[in-house]
Amino acid sequence: MSLLPKALLVVTAFALAACNNPDRFGAGGAGAGGAGAGAGFIDTNGLGDPNDPASIAYFNQRVGDRVLFAVDQHTLSSEAIAVLSGQAQWLASNPSYAVIIEGHADEQGTREYNLSLGARRAAAVQNYLISQGVSSGRMRTISYGKEKPIEVCSTEECYSKNRRAVTVLSIGAGA
Amino acid sequence: MLPRTDRGHTKAMMTVTRFLTTALTATLLLVPVSGHKAQAQNGPLRIEITEGVIEPLPYAAPDFVAENGAASDYARDIARVIASDLSGTGLFREIPAEAHIGRISSFDAPVAYEDWKAINAQALITGAVSASGDRIVVKFRLYDVYSGQQLGEGLQFAGTPQSWRRMAHKVADAAYSRITGEGGYFDSRVVFVSERGPKNDRQKRLGVMDYDGANVQYLTDSSAIVLAPRFSPNGDRILYTSYASGFPRITLMDVGSLRTQTLAEQPGTMTFAPRFSPDGNRVVFSLERGGNSDLYMLDVASGGLNQLTNAPSIETAPSFSPDGSQIVFESDRSGTQQLYIMSAGGGEARRISAGQGRYGTPVWSPRGDLIAFTKQNAGRFHIGVMRTDGSEERLLTASFLDEGPTWSPNGRVIMFTRETSGAGGQSALYSVDISGRNLRQITTDGAASDPAWSPLLP
Repeated sequence: MSLLPKALLVVTAFALAACNNPDRFGAGGAGAGGAGAGAGFIDTNGLGDPNDPASIAYFNQRVGDRVLFAVDQHTLSSEAIAVLSGQAQWLASNPSYAVIIEGHADEQGTREYNLSLGARRAAAVQNYLISQGVSSGRMRTISYGKEKPIEVCSTEECYSKNRRAVTVLSIGAGA
Repeated sequence: MLPRTDRGHTKAMMTVTRFLTTALTATLLLVPVSGHKAQAQNGPLRIEITEGVIEPLPYAAPDFVAENGAASDYARDIARVIASDLSGTGLFREIPAEAHIGRISSFDAPVAYEDWKAINAQALITGAVSASGDRIVVKFRLYDVYSGQQLGEGLQFAGTPQSWRRMAHKVADAAYSRITGEGGYFDSRVVFVSERGPKNDRQKRLGVMDYDGANVQYLTDSSAIVLAPRFSPNGDRILYTSYASGFPRITLMDVGSLRTQTLAEQPGTMTFAPRFSPDGNRVVFSLERGGNSDLYMLDVASGGLNQLTNAPSIETAPSFSPDGSQIVFESDRSGTQQLYIMSAGGGEARRISAGQGRYGTPVWSPRGDLIAFTKQNAGRFHIGVMRTDGSEERLLTASFLDEGPTWSPNGRVIMFTRETSGAGGQSALYSVDISGRNLRQITTDGAASDPAWSPLLP
């Protein structure tokens, strides 16, 4: 296979930079605050009112923004499938959002392998959402491997929460 | 046979530029010290590393002679760095200055061997330093005390005052090389990831330092995650994985200018685990697409890309053989992480790891005879080595988390990352001999991970 022409790569890189906002408290969140403003609710995080089904807060908390995985696995559990079905429905109702799916691993593993494992997990989520009708053009995946744990202890209690794929909403790059 | 490894004799002049951004924009000049013929004969002073050294060889390294007032600090400090290098190998034991009977007051006066025999010093390193303006000159000789003769020729190094530690490392490399018959490794650099903050908010930036942790320089800021840097074969460039674009991308940095460029960028993919070919013209790395990681080869100049593996399994952590003909890598095609070797052009791979547990991050030794790796087994991590056919596996370390070995330029020492467990877990750099002896923590300014050794500096 050959490299794509450089000019195309540069353009693509800019486009990625423009839509890549994995910080859900950043610009995407501000947009969501606007969307939820109709309820008269003021949310300093810009996540919107969790009681507003169109808000990022609702997606994150009520639908559930993450699924968990078994050790060294990327298959989706029945609980994960239930969460992802809810995500697919929410995305169908809120077509202005794009998503970045972050794959993560716990610290039990070498750095490179865990990057690959996180990518498998993110892809498993993406593939399921595609199967539920979410356009692949609305989704990007990224793996952080073991670089971004949310829990810091070195026991299964923490590891089980770190082996995750998180669906992060971003605004303005819909299908 | 006494080793005759004064490689520097063939190079009257060593120009060191661009390898470092500030510290080493110096010119080191190496010439034999005149007036003394080398003693080219057999003697008892020899460490056979391969036989395993139980008792370190006692030596003396008195302060060098300061040939003028401005040189007095260098005369002391250079001797200390030499002793730190040699004793740090675990192969040598310094006899402290308090125990010395003899005193070296003139570099060219005959050595009173009896004074050094009396304290059981088998080797003696003497030297002299002169300093003027932006130039220092360092001379040294190595003596075999018991046979009463010089071991190899005296050498002289000239350079800027800022390069004094490098000159000390070069003296130590010459002494190490003459006594062990192995190449040295002290005049080398290590690129690594400097870490700050707790596990769940860790900041990472690239650093480069002398092999012993001195002269740290930072090459990036902490605005983006950086992982697993690797030197080019001549040390002028560094490959690493950066999240600066928002996504993991292999990045090439010119060490002199610190300019970076992203390599092999393709939309919707992640690229990581890059490593140079021995000629520095190609980069082998992992490219992930749709959740699947395979190995690719990039020609740096043309941008030409070749896919080396095509399997639904994880293929990553590739490393070239020193002759460039083969690649060792890890794959979970058998169900768990294991080590494989294939031609550098791709094709069939043969599995070499055969023991219990999981094997990753293989690195081919610069001598070509061994593969260093990370092993996970029964809840522990190990650094180990095996022959290239997978035989003679030996585990050198064990801890909660050891990973990512890198070879010293002479293939005798491995540096790696050790991370402690729990909420306060931190990474640090360690080194260990391939014998499994001499486990040491490298002194760094804060937490550090992902070391990669440079070649021996020119």
